[in-house]
Amino acid sequence: MPGLEDLYREIILDHYRTPRNRGELAPPAVMAEGHNPLCGDEITIYAQVENGILVDVKVSGQGCSISQSSASMMSQAVKGKSLAEIQALIHRFKVMMSIEEDSDDVPAVEVKMGDLEALQGVVKFPVRIKCAILSWNTLLQALDNASA
Amino acid sequence: MNTSGVDWAAVKADFPVLQRMIDGQRLVYLDSANTSQKPNAVIDAMSDFMRNGYAPINRSAYRMAGEATDLFEGARGKVQRFINARSVNEVVFTKNATESINLIAQTWGRANLQAGDVVVLTHMEHHANIVPWHMLVAERGIELRWIPLTDDGLLDLSNLSSLLDGAKVLSFTAMSNVLGTITPVKQLCAAAHAAGAIAIVDACQFVPHNVTDVQAWDADFAMFSGHKMVGPSGIGVLWGREELLEAMPPFLGGGNMIGDVRLDGFTTAELPSKFEAGTPPIVEVIGLGAAVDYLSNIGMANIRQHEMQLTEYAMSTLKARYGDEIVIHGPRNVEVRGAVLSFAFRDIHPHDISQILDEKNVCVRAGHHCAKPLMKLLGANATARASFYIYNDQTDADALADALDGASDIFGV
Repeated sequence: MPGLEDLYREIILDHYRTPRNRGELAPPAVMAEGHNPLCGDEITIYAQVENGILVDVKVSGQGCSISQSSASMMSQAVKGKSLAEIQALIHRFKVMMSIEEDSDDVPAVEVKMGDLEALQGVVKFPVRIKCAILSWNTLLQALDNASA
Repeated sequence: MNTSGVDWAAVKADFPVLQRMIDGQRLVYLDSANTSQKPNAVIDAMSDFMRNGYAPINRSAYRMAGEATDLFEGARGKVQRFINARSVNEVVFTKNATESINLIAQTWGRANLQAGDVVVLTHMEHHANIVPWHMLVAERGIELRWIPLTDDGLLDLSNLSSLLDGAKVLSFTAMSNVLGTITPVKQLCAAAHAAGAIAIVDACQFVPHNVTDVQAWDADFAMFSGHKMVGPSGIGVLWGREELLEAMPPFLGGGNMIGDVRLDGFTTAELPSKFEAGTPPIVEVIGLGAAVDYLSNIGMANIRQHEMQLTEYAMSTLKARYGDEIVIHGPRNVEVRGAVLSFAFRDIHPHDISQILDEKNVCVRAGHHCAKPLMKLLGANATARASFYIYNDQTDADALADALDGASDIFGV
Protein backbone atom coordinates (compact mmCIF):
# COMPACT_ATOMS: atom_id res chain seq x y z
CA MET A 1 0.00 0.00 0.00
CA PRO A 2 1.33 3.44 -0.89
CA GLY A 3 2.12 5.59 2.13
CA LEU A 4 -0.21 8.27 3.39
CA GLU A 5 2.60 10.77 2.87
CA ASP A 6 2.04 10.37 -0.87
CA LEU A 7 -1.54 11.52 -0.36
CA TYR A 8 -1.36 14.09 2.38
CA ARG A 9 1.47 16.24 1.04
CA GLU A 10 2.13 19.39 3.03
CA ILE A 11 0.99 21.68 0.23
CA ILE A 12 -2.33 19.80 0.03
CA LEU A 13 -2.91 20.21 3.75
CA ASP A 14 -1.99 23.89 3.44
CA HIS A 15 -4.65 24.45 0.78
CA TYR A 16 -7.12 22.44 2.88
CA ARG A 17 -6.49 24.52 6.01
CA THR A 18 -6.31 27.83 4.15
CA PRO A 19 -8.39 27.47 1.02
CA ARG A 20 -7.80 30.15 -1.64
CA ASN A 21 -10.56 31.98 -3.50
CA ARG A 22 -13.29 30.93 -1.08
CA GLY A 23 -16.59 32.71 -1.45
CA GLU A 24 -19.27 33.55 -3.95
CA LEU A 25 -19.71 35.86 -6.93
CA ALA A 26 -22.89 37.70 -7.82
CA PRO A 27 -24.41 37.57 -11.31
CA PRO A 28 -23.49 38.08 -14.10
CA ALA A 29 -20.94 35.52 -12.84
CA VAL A 30 -22.24 32.01 -13.52
CA MET A 31 -22.27 29.17 -11.05
CA ALA A 32 -22.45 25.40 -11.04
CA GLU A 33 -22.97 22.92 -8.22
CA GLY A 34 -21.19 19.60 -8.06
CA HIS A 35 -22.16 16.67 -5.85
CA ASN A 36 -20.33 13.52 -5.14
CA PRO A 37 -23.35 11.21 -4.92
CA LEU A 38 -21.35 8.51 -3.19
CA CYS A 39 -20.14 10.54 -0.24
CA GLY A 40 -22.26 13.69 -0.09
CA ASP A 41 -19.46 16.17 -0.76
CA GLU A 42 -20.76 19.39 -2.29
CA ILE A 43 -18.95 22.11 -4.15
CA THR A 44 -20.11 25.28 -5.87
CA ILE A 45 -17.97 27.12 -8.41
CA TYR A 46 -18.63 30.74 -9.38
CA ALA A 47 -17.03 31.90 -12.61
CA GLN A 48 -16.79 35.37 -14.11
CA VAL A 49 -15.91 35.10 -17.81
CA GLU A 50 -15.13 38.22 -19.85
CA ASN A 51 -13.96 38.11 -23.47
CA GLY A 52 -12.88 34.51 -23.23
CA ILE A 53 -10.94 35.05 -20.00
CA LEU A 54 -11.88 33.68 -16.60
CA VAL A 55 -11.35 36.94 -14.76
CA ASP A 56 -12.53 35.69 -11.37
CA VAL A 57 -13.43 32.39 -9.74
CA LYS A 58 -14.73 31.51 -6.28
CA VAL A 59 -15.33 28.21 -4.53
CA SER A 60 -17.78 27.28 -1.79
CA GLY A 61 -19.02 24.00 -0.32
CA GLN A 62 -17.63 21.35 1.95
CA GLY A 63 -15.75 18.14 1.60
CA CYS A 64 -12.65 16.18 2.47
CA SER A 65 -9.07 17.44 2.35
CA ILE A 66 -8.55 16.13 -1.16
CA SER A 67 -11.66 17.63 -2.72
CA GLN A 68 -11.18 20.96 -0.97
CA SER A 69 -7.46 21.32 -1.67
CA SER A 70 -7.98 20.31 -5.28
CA ALA A 71 -10.62 23.02 -5.63
CA SER A 72 -8.37 25.59 -3.98
CA MET A 73 -5.36 24.80 -6.17
CA MET A 74 -7.54 24.69 -9.25
CA SER A 75 -8.94 28.14 -8.51
CA GLN A 76 -5.42 29.56 -8.33
CA ALA A 77 -4.35 27.81 -11.49
CA VAL A 78 -7.28 28.91 -13.66
CA LYS A 79 -7.87 32.45 -12.50
CA GLY A 80 -6.98 34.96 -15.23
CA LYS A 81 -6.48 32.23 -17.84
CA SER A 82 -8.14 31.97 -21.23
CA LEU A 83 -10.81 29.34 -21.73
CA ALA A 84 -8.50 27.49 -24.13
CA GLU A 85 -5.77 27.36 -21.50
CA ILE A 86 -8.28 26.17 -18.91
CA GLN A 87 -9.57 23.40 -21.18
CA ALA A 88 -5.99 22.26 -21.70
CA LEU A 89 -5.33 22.36 -17.96
CA ILE A 90 -8.46 20.35 -17.18
CA HIS A 91 -7.33 17.77 -19.70
CA ARG A 92 -3.82 17.66 -18.22
CA PHE A 93 -5.28 17.20 -14.74
CA LYS A 94 -7.55 14.37 -15.86
CA VAL A 95 -4.62 12.69 -17.55
CA MET A 96 -2.70 12.96 -14.26
CA MET A 97 -5.70 11.35 -12.52
CA SER A 98 -5.68 8.55 -15.13
CA ILE A 99 -9.23 9.22 -16.21
CA GLU A 100 -8.37 10.64 -19.62
CA GLU A 101 -5.88 9.39 -22.17
CA ASP A 102 -3.09 11.69 -23.17
CA SER A 103 -4.01 12.61 -26.73
CA ASP A 104 -2.75 14.77 -29.55
CA ASP A 105 -6.22 16.12 -30.32
CA VAL A 106 -6.02 18.77 -27.66
CA PRO A 107 -4.76 22.14 -28.87
CA ALA A 108 -1.13 22.48 -27.91
CA VAL A 109 -1.60 25.19 -25.31
CA GLU A 110 1.25 25.46 -22.86
CA VAL A 111 -0.03 24.86 -19.34
CA LYS A 112 1.87 24.67 -16.08
CA MET A 113 0.60 22.37 -13.36
CA GLY A 114 2.46 24.13 -10.55
CA ASP A 115 1.13 23.19 -7.10
CA LEU A 116 -1.30 20.78 -8.74
CA GLU A 117 1.55 18.32 -9.21
CA ALA A 118 1.20 17.65 -5.49
CA LEU A 119 -2.07 15.88 -6.21
CA GLN A 120 -0.50 13.21 -8.37
CA GLY A 121 -0.21 10.94 -5.33
CA VAL A 122 -4.01 10.69 -5.33
CA VAL A 123 -3.87 8.36 -8.31
CA LYS A 124 -2.38 5.70 -6.03
CA PHE A 125 -5.61 5.81 -3.98
CA PRO A 126 -8.23 5.12 -6.63
CA VAL A 127 -11.23 5.74 -4.34
CA ARG A 128 -10.03 9.30 -3.79
CA ILE A 129 -9.75 10.25 -7.48
CA LYS A 130 -13.41 11.22 -7.51
CA CYS A 131 -12.71 13.59 -4.61
CA ALA A 132 -9.90 15.28 -6.53
CA ILE A 133 -11.87 15.58 -9.76
CA LEU A 134 -15.14 16.94 -8.34
CA SER A 135 -14.20 20.65 -8.55
CA TRP A 136 -12.79 20.24 -12.06
CA ASN A 137 -15.98 18.75 -13.44
CA THR A 138 -17.94 21.45 -11.64
CA LEU A 139 -15.76 24.14 -13.23
CA LEU A 140 -16.40 22.60 -16.65
CA GLN A 141 -20.12 22.78 -15.93
CA ALA A 142 -19.82 26.42 -14.89
CA LEU A 143 -17.91 27.30 -18.05
CA ASP A 144 -20.56 25.52 -20.12
CA ASN A 145 -23.16 27.64 -18.37
CA ALA A 146 -21.14 30.76 -19.16
CA SER A 147 -21.07 30.00 -22.88
CA ALA A 148 -24.71 28.91 -22.99
CA MET B 1 -15.87 -11.29 26.79
CA ASN B 2 -18.17 -14.20 27.35
CA THR B 3 -21.93 -13.98 26.94
CA SER B 4 -24.16 -16.87 27.94
CA GLY B 5 -21.50 -19.46 27.22
CA VAL B 6 -20.90 -18.41 23.61
CA ASP B 7 -17.25 -18.79 22.64
CA TRP B 8 -16.88 -15.50 20.77
CA ALA B 9 -13.25 -16.20 19.89
CA ALA B 10 -14.43 -19.36 18.13
CA VAL B 11 -17.09 -17.30 16.33
CA LYS B 12 -14.39 -14.93 15.11
CA ALA B 13 -12.33 -17.89 13.93
CA ASP B 14 -15.26 -19.04 11.77
CA PHE B 15 -14.69 -16.07 9.46
CA PRO B 16 -11.70 -16.84 7.24
CA VAL B 17 -11.27 -13.30 5.90
CA LEU B 18 -10.51 -12.11 9.42
CA GLN B 19 -7.32 -14.20 9.33
CA ARG B 20 -6.09 -12.03 6.49
CA MET B 21 -3.07 -9.86 7.14
CA ILE B 22 -2.46 -6.70 5.11
CA ASP B 23 0.98 -5.13 5.46
CA GLY B 24 1.58 -7.46 8.39
CA GLN B 25 -1.43 -6.16 10.33
CA ARG B 26 -4.66 -7.96 11.11
CA LEU B 27 -7.97 -6.87 9.64
CA VAL B 28 -10.27 -4.87 11.92
CA TYR B 29 -13.59 -5.01 10.11
CA LEU B 30 -15.99 -2.37 11.44
CA ASP B 31 -18.32 -1.98 8.47
CA SER B 32 -20.94 -4.65 9.10
CA ALA B 33 -23.85 -2.20 8.96
CA ASN B 34 -22.77 -1.81 5.36
CA THR B 35 -22.25 -5.50 4.67
CA SER B 36 -21.13 -8.39 6.85
CA GLN B 37 -18.35 -10.93 6.49
CA LYS B 38 -19.12 -14.61 5.78
CA PRO B 39 -18.44 -17.65 7.97
CA ASN B 40 -17.14 -20.98 6.65
CA ALA B 41 -20.61 -22.48 7.14
CA VAL B 42 -22.09 -20.15 4.52
CA ILE B 43 -19.14 -20.34 2.13
CA ASP B 44 -19.16 -24.15 2.34
CA ALA B 45 -22.92 -24.50 1.88
CA MET B 46 -22.77 -22.43 -1.29
CA SER B 47 -19.66 -24.06 -2.75
CA ASP B 48 -20.85 -27.59 -1.83
CA PHE B 49 -24.08 -26.96 -3.68
CA MET B 50 -22.25 -25.64 -6.74
CA ARG B 51 -19.71 -28.50 -6.66
CA ASN B 52 -22.02 -31.36 -5.91
CA GLY B 53 -25.64 -30.57 -6.58
CA TYR B 54 -26.28 -27.46 -8.61
CA ALA B 55 -29.57 -27.81 -10.50
CA PRO B 56 -32.67 -25.79 -11.33
CA ILE B 57 -35.58 -25.66 -8.93
CA ASN B 58 -39.31 -26.25 -9.44
CA ARG B 59 -39.15 -27.36 -13.05
CA SER B 60 -37.31 -30.59 -13.78
CA ALA B 61 -38.00 -34.23 -12.96
CA TYR B 62 -34.50 -35.52 -12.37
CA ARG B 63 -33.36 -36.31 -8.86
CA MET B 64 -30.74 -33.61 -8.58
CA ALA B 65 -33.36 -30.96 -9.45
CA GLY B 66 -35.56 -32.38 -6.72
CA GLU B 67 -32.72 -32.12 -4.22
CA ALA B 68 -32.04 -28.54 -5.25
CA THR B 69 -35.72 -27.66 -4.83
CA ASP B 70 -35.72 -29.22 -1.36
CA LEU B 71 -32.64 -27.22 -0.35
CA PHE B 72 -34.13 -24.02 -1.77
CA GLU B 73 -37.52 -24.45 -0.11
CA GLY B 74 -35.80 -25.68 3.04
CA ALA B 75 -34.04 -22.33 3.24
CA ARG B 76 -37.40 -20.58 2.95
CA GLY B 77 -38.63 -22.58 5.92
CA LYS B 78 -35.55 -21.57 7.91
CA VAL B 79 -36.24 -17.90 7.20
CA GLN B 80 -39.90 -18.35 8.14
CA ARG B 81 -38.98 -19.77 11.55
CA PHE B 82 -36.20 -17.21 12.04
CA ILE B 83 -38.65 -14.29 11.89
CA ASN B 84 -41.65 -16.26 13.18
CA ALA B 85 -43.77 -15.79 10.06
CA ARG B 86 -47.08 -17.66 10.03
CA SER B 87 -46.37 -19.51 6.80
CA VAL B 88 -43.68 -20.06 4.18
CA ASN B 89 -46.11 -18.43 1.75
CA GLU B 90 -45.35 -15.16 3.50
CA VAL B 91 -41.61 -15.33 2.71
CA VAL B 92 -40.79 -13.91 -0.73
CA PHE B 93 -37.20 -13.97 -1.96
CA THR B 94 -36.00 -10.74 -3.57
CA LYS B 95 -32.63 -9.30 -4.48
CA ASN B 96 -32.34 -7.28 -1.27
CA ALA B 97 -34.36 -5.11 1.13
CA THR B 98 -34.29 -2.27 -1.40
CA GLU B 99 -36.04 -4.41 -4.00
CA SER B 100 -38.52 -5.55 -1.36
CA ILE B 101 -39.61 -1.97 -0.60
CA ASN B 102 -39.81 -1.16 -4.29
CA LEU B 103 -41.96 -4.25 -4.78
CA ILE B 104 -44.44 -3.02 -2.18
CA ALA B 105 -44.50 0.53 -3.53
CA GLN B 106 -44.94 -0.65 -7.11
CA THR B 107 -47.60 -3.30 -6.44
CA TRP B 108 -49.47 -2.61 -3.20
CA GLY B 109 -48.81 1.11 -3.62
CA ARG B 110 -50.07 1.37 -7.18
CA ALA B 111 -53.14 -0.71 -6.36
CA ASN B 112 -54.04 1.19 -3.21
CA LEU B 113 -52.66 4.74 -3.30
CA GLN B 114 -54.24 7.64 -5.16
CA ALA B 115 -53.51 11.36 -5.37
CA GLY B 116 -53.61 12.95 -1.93
CA ASP B 117 -53.15 9.67 -0.03
CA VAL B 118 -50.67 9.99 2.80
CA VAL B 119 -47.55 7.88 3.43
CA VAL B 120 -45.77 8.56 6.73
CA LEU B 121 -42.00 8.05 6.96
CA THR B 122 -39.39 9.13 9.51
CA HIS B 123 -36.41 11.48 9.33
CA MET B 124 -34.03 8.58 9.91
CA GLU B 125 -34.93 6.47 6.88
CA HIS B 126 -32.45 5.00 4.44
CA HIS B 127 -32.88 6.19 0.84
CA ALA B 128 -34.36 2.75 0.11
CA ASN B 129 -37.39 3.70 2.21
CA ILE B 130 -37.63 7.22 0.80
CA VAL B 131 -37.07 7.12 -2.95
CA PRO B 132 -39.66 4.42 -3.82
CA TRP B 133 -42.25 6.67 -2.14
CA HIS B 134 -40.91 9.81 -3.85
CA MET B 135 -41.44 7.91 -7.11
CA LEU B 136 -45.11 7.49 -6.19
CA VAL B 137 -45.31 11.18 -5.32
CA ALA B 138 -44.17 11.91 -8.87
CA GLU B 139 -46.40 9.26 -10.44
CA ARG B 140 -49.51 9.43 -8.27
CA GLY B 141 -49.38 12.67 -6.35
CA ILE B 142 -49.36 10.96 -2.96
CA GLU B 143 -48.32 13.06 0.06
CA LEU B 144 -45.37 12.26 2.34
CA ARG B 145 -45.25 13.16 6.03
CA TRP B 146 -42.22 12.77 8.24
CA ILE B 147 -41.89 11.75 11.88
CA PRO B 148 -39.20 14.05 13.33
CA LEU B 149 -36.38 13.12 15.73
CA THR B 150 -35.53 14.20 19.24
CA ASP B 151 -32.14 15.73 19.99
CA ASP B 152 -30.80 12.40 21.21
CA GLY B 153 -31.71 10.63 17.99
CA LEU B 154 -34.97 8.92 18.96
CA LEU B 155 -38.21 9.21 17.03
CA ASP B 156 -40.25 12.14 18.31
CA LEU B 157 -43.67 10.54 18.66
CA SER B 158 -45.35 13.49 20.38
CA ASN B 159 -47.41 14.30 17.27
CA LEU B 160 -47.73 10.76 16.00
CA SER B 161 -51.51 10.62 15.97
CA SER B 162 -51.87 13.83 13.96
CA LEU B 163 -49.17 12.70 11.52
CA LEU B 164 -51.00 9.40 11.06
CA ASP B 165 -54.40 11.04 10.75
CA GLY B 166 -55.86 9.85 7.43
CA ALA B 167 -52.63 8.04 6.45
CA LYS B 168 -52.66 4.86 4.37
CA VAL B 169 -49.09 3.75 5.13
CA LEU B 170 -46.55 4.06 7.93
CA SER B 171 -43.17 2.85 6.69
CA PHE B 172 -40.23 3.06 9.10
CA THR B 173 -36.92 1.56 10.05
CA ALA B 174 -36.65 -0.82 13.02
CA MET B 175 -33.04 0.32 13.47
CA SER B 176 -31.28 3.33 11.97
CA ASN B 177 -28.22 2.55 9.88
CA VAL B 178 -26.70 5.89 10.91
CA LEU B 179 -27.73 6.49 14.52
CA GLY B 180 -28.16 2.89 15.56
CA THR B 181 -31.50 3.89 17.10
CA ILE B 182 -33.86 0.96 17.69
CA THR B 183 -37.42 2.17 17.19
CA PRO B 184 -40.53 1.00 19.13
CA VAL B 185 -41.79 -1.23 16.32
CA LYS B 186 -44.76 -2.74 18.17
CA GLN B 187 -46.04 0.65 19.29
CA LEU B 188 -45.68 2.11 15.80
CA CYS B 189 -47.49 -0.81 14.17
CA ALA B 190 -50.34 -0.45 16.66
CA ALA B 191 -50.53 3.30 16.03
CA ALA B 192 -50.59 2.74 12.27
CA HIS B 193 -53.41 0.22 12.55
CA ALA B 194 -55.39 2.45 14.89
CA ALA B 195 -55.22 5.12 12.18
CA GLY B 196 -56.26 2.66 9.47
CA ALA B 197 -52.80 2.55 7.88
CA ILE B 198 -50.64 -0.46 7.07
CA ALA B 199 -47.28 -0.80 8.85
CA ILE B 200 -44.13 -1.51 6.83
CA VAL B 201 -40.97 -2.26 8.81
CA ASP B 202 -37.55 -1.78 7.21
CA ALA B 203 -35.79 -4.45 9.27
CA CYS B 204 -32.56 -4.49 7.27
CA GLN B 205 -30.38 -3.38 10.19
CA PHE B 206 -32.50 -5.04 12.85
CA VAL B 207 -32.85 -8.65 11.73
CA PRO B 208 -29.11 -9.48 11.69
CA HIS B 209 -28.67 -8.36 15.31
CA ASN B 210 -31.88 -9.07 17.22
CA VAL B 211 -34.59 -11.61 17.87
CA THR B 212 -37.24 -10.87 15.22
CA ASP B 213 -40.89 -11.83 15.59
CA VAL B 214 -43.06 -10.32 12.87
CA GLN B 215 -46.23 -11.66 14.50
CA ALA B 216 -45.41 -10.06 17.84
CA TRP B 217 -44.77 -6.81 15.97
CA ASP B 218 -48.17 -7.16 14.31
CA ALA B 219 -46.63 -5.58 11.20
CA ASP B 220 -47.98 -5.93 7.66
CA PHE B 221 -44.72 -6.05 5.72
CA ALA B 222 -41.06 -6.30 6.70
CA MET B 223 -37.87 -6.68 4.70
CA PHE B 224 -34.18 -7.41 5.12
CA SER B 225 -31.05 -8.38 3.16
CA GLY B 226 -29.00 -11.56 3.36
CA HIS B 227 -25.62 -9.89 3.02
CA LYS B 228 -25.90 -7.98 6.33
CA MET B 229 -26.58 -11.21 8.28
CA VAL B 230 -23.48 -13.22 7.29
CA GLY B 231 -25.24 -14.45 4.15
CA PRO B 232 -24.35 -13.69 0.53
CA SER B 233 -25.21 -10.56 -1.43
CA GLY B 234 -27.93 -10.73 -4.05
CA ILE B 235 -30.59 -12.26 -1.80
CA GLY B 236 -33.14 -10.46 0.31
CA VAL B 237 -36.49 -11.17 1.88
CA LEU B 238 -39.89 -9.59 1.71
CA TRP B 239 -42.19 -10.79 4.43
CA GLY B 240 -45.86 -9.85 4.12
CA ARG B 241 -49.16 -10.92 5.64
CA GLU B 242 -50.57 -13.59 3.38
CA GLU B 243 -53.91 -11.87 2.73
CA LEU B 244 -52.11 -8.69 1.63
CA LEU B 245 -49.73 -10.59 -0.66
CA GLU B 246 -52.68 -12.50 -2.11
CA ALA B 247 -54.52 -9.31 -2.97
CA MET B 248 -51.53 -7.56 -4.55
CA PRO B 249 -50.85 -7.54 -8.28
CA PRO B 250 -47.61 -9.23 -9.33
CA PHE B 251 -44.32 -7.32 -9.60
CA LEU B 252 -42.00 -8.71 -12.29
CA GLY B 253 -43.51 -10.91 -14.99
CA GLY B 254 -41.89 -14.02 -16.45
CA GLY B 255 -41.25 -17.65 -15.71
CA ASN B 256 -42.10 -19.22 -12.34
CA MET B 257 -44.59 -16.49 -11.36
CA ILE B 258 -47.37 -17.71 -13.67
CA GLY B 259 -50.30 -20.07 -13.27
CA ASP B 260 -51.17 -20.11 -16.97
CA VAL B 261 -50.14 -18.10 -20.00
CA ARG B 262 -52.29 -17.81 -23.12
CA LEU B 263 -52.22 -15.57 -26.14
CA ASP B 264 -54.78 -13.35 -24.46
CA GLY B 265 -53.31 -13.12 -20.96
CA PHE B 266 -51.94 -14.90 -17.91
CA THR B 267 -52.81 -15.94 -14.40
CA THR B 268 -50.40 -15.73 -11.48
CA ALA B 269 -48.86 -18.58 -9.52
CA GLU B 270 -49.67 -19.25 -5.88
CA LEU B 271 -47.66 -17.50 -3.17
CA PRO B 272 -44.76 -17.06 -2.85
CA SER B 273 -43.87 -17.90 -6.49
CA LYS B 274 -46.21 -15.14 -7.64
CA PHE B 275 -43.51 -12.61 -6.71
CA GLU B 276 -40.50 -14.65 -7.82
CA ALA B 277 -40.23 -14.26 -11.59
CA GLY B 278 -37.38 -15.94 -13.40
CA THR B 279 -34.69 -18.27 -12.08
CA PRO B 280 -34.04 -17.09 -8.52
CA PRO B 281 -30.58 -16.75 -6.94
CA ILE B 282 -30.59 -20.43 -5.96
CA VAL B 283 -27.06 -20.54 -4.57
CA GLU B 284 -27.63 -17.37 -2.58
CA VAL B 285 -30.88 -18.65 -1.09
CA ILE B 286 -29.05 -21.76 0.09
CA GLY B 287 -26.32 -19.51 1.50
CA LEU B 288 -28.96 -17.46 3.32
CA GLY B 289 -30.39 -20.65 4.81
CA ALA B 290 -26.91 -21.54 6.10
CA ALA B 291 -26.55 -18.02 7.51
CA VAL B 292 -29.84 -18.35 9.39
CA ASP B 293 -28.68 -21.68 10.84
CA TYR B 294 -25.35 -20.16 11.82
CA LEU B 295 -26.90 -17.18 13.60
CA SER B 296 -29.56 -19.36 15.24
CA ASN B 297 -26.90 -21.67 16.65
CA ILE B 298 -25.28 -18.71 18.39
CA GLY B 299 -28.69 -17.40 19.41
CA MET B 300 -30.02 -13.97 18.46
CA ALA B 301 -30.55 -12.99 22.11
CA ASN B 302 -26.87 -13.79 22.78
CA ILE B 303 -25.86 -11.74 19.76
CA ARG B 304 -27.85 -8.77 20.97
CA GLN B 305 -26.28 -9.09 24.43
CA HIS B 306 -22.77 -9.28 22.98
CA GLU B 307 -23.34 -6.20 20.83
CA MET B 308 -24.82 -4.17 23.68
CA GLN B 309 -21.74 -4.88 25.81
CA LEU B 310 -19.43 -4.08 22.91
CA THR B 311 -21.27 -0.87 22.03
CA GLU B 312 -21.10 0.26 25.64
CA TYR B 313 -17.39 -0.54 25.73
CA ALA B 314 -16.65 1.23 22.44
CA MET B 315 -18.62 4.36 23.39
CA SER B 316 -17.03 4.57 26.83
CA THR B 317 -13.54 3.96 25.44
CA LEU B 318 -13.81 6.60 22.73
CA LYS B 319 -15.33 9.12 25.12
CA ALA B 320 -12.78 8.45 27.85
CA ARG B 321 -9.95 8.88 25.37
CA TYR B 322 -11.15 11.81 23.30
CA GLY B 323 -13.83 13.54 25.37
CA ASP B 324 -15.44 16.41 23.50
CA GLU B 325 -13.17 15.90 20.51
CA ILE B 326 -15.41 13.06 19.41
CA VAL B 327 -19.15 13.41 18.86
CA ILE B 328 -21.04 10.13 18.63
CA HIS B 329 -24.43 10.64 17.03
CA GLY B 330 -27.56 8.88 18.30
CA PRO B 331 -28.79 7.69 21.69
CA ARG B 332 -26.29 7.10 24.50
CA ASN B 333 -28.40 4.31 26.02
CA VAL B 334 -27.44 0.97 24.46
CA GLU B 335 -30.86 -0.44 25.39
CA VAL B 336 -32.25 1.54 22.45
CA ARG B 337 -29.33 1.43 20.06
CA GLY B 338 -27.57 -1.18 18.01
CA ALA B 339 -23.83 -1.52 17.46
CA VAL B 340 -23.57 1.38 15.01
CA LEU B 341 -21.41 4.38 15.90
CA SER B 342 -21.51 7.36 13.54
CA PHE B 343 -19.11 9.99 14.73
CA ALA B 344 -17.40 13.28 14.06
CA PHE B 345 -13.79 13.60 15.19
CA ARG B 346 -11.74 16.77 15.66
CA ASP B 347 -13.01 18.54 12.54
CA ILE B 348 -11.34 15.96 10.33
CA HIS B 349 -13.45 15.06 7.33
CA PRO B 350 -14.83 11.48 7.48
CA HIS B 351 -13.12 10.57 4.20
CA ASP B 352 -9.80 11.51 5.63
CA ILE B 353 -10.59 9.62 8.85
CA SER B 354 -11.41 6.45 6.96
CA GLN B 355 -8.31 6.83 4.81
CA ILE B 356 -6.11 7.14 7.87
CA LEU B 357 -7.85 4.28 9.70
CA ASP B 358 -7.29 2.13 6.61
CA GLU B 359 -3.56 2.57 7.15
CA LYS B 360 -4.11 0.47 10.30
CA ASN B 361 -6.48 -1.93 8.49
CA VAL B 362 -9.43 -0.51 10.40
CA CYS B 363 -12.35 -0.60 7.95
CA VAL B 364 -15.11 1.97 8.55
CA ARG B 365 -17.65 3.62 6.28
CA ALA B 366 -17.40 7.30 5.48
CA GLY B 367 -20.13 9.16 3.71
CA HIS B 368 -23.81 9.95 3.91
CA HIS B 369 -24.82 6.31 4.48
CA CYS B 370 -27.66 6.62 1.95
CA ALA B 371 -29.53 8.82 4.43
CA LYS B 372 -29.06 12.36 3.14
CA PRO B 373 -32.16 13.85 4.82
CA LEU B 374 -30.86 12.60 8.17
CA MET B 375 -27.36 13.93 7.41
CA LYS B 376 -28.87 17.34 6.79
CA LEU B 377 -30.58 17.14 10.16
CA LEU B 378 -27.25 16.27 11.83
CA GLY B 379 -25.70 19.29 10.12
CA ALA B 380 -23.11 17.16 8.37
CA ASN B 381 -22.75 16.05 4.78
CA ALA B 382 -20.91 12.96 5.89
CA THR B 383 -19.96 11.01 9.00
CA ALA B 384 -17.53 8.22 9.73
CA ARG B 385 -19.31 5.08 10.94
CA ALA B 386 -17.93 2.12 12.81
CA SER B 387 -20.31 -0.82 13.15
CA PHE B 388 -19.79 -4.02 15.10
CA TYR B 389 -20.99 -7.59 14.71
CA ILE B 390 -20.56 -11.06 16.15
CA TYR B 391 -16.93 -11.36 15.05
CA ASN B 392 -15.87 -8.11 16.71
CA ASP B 393 -14.54 -7.80 20.24
CA GLN B 394 -13.02 -5.23 22.56
CA THR B 395 -9.64 -5.39 20.80
CA ASP B 396 -11.38 -4.08 17.67
CA ALA B 397 -12.83 -1.14 19.59
CA ASP B 398 -9.36 -0.49 21.01
CA ALA B 399 -7.85 -0.65 17.52
CA LEU B 400 -10.34 1.98 16.37
CA ALA B 401 -9.47 4.26 19.28
CA ASP B 402 -5.72 3.80 18.68
CA ALA B 403 -5.96 4.38 14.93
CA LEU B 404 -7.84 7.66 15.42
CA ASP B 405 -4.72 9.07 17.05
CA GLY B 406 -2.95 8.81 13.69
CA ALA B 407 -5.42 11.27 12.21
CA SER B 408 -4.19 13.98 14.51
CA ASP B 409 -0.57 13.38 13.53
CA ILE B 410 -1.32 14.11 9.89
CA PHE B 411 -3.79 16.94 10.29
CA GLY B 412 -2.07 18.51 13.26
CA VAL B 413 -5.27 18.95 15.23
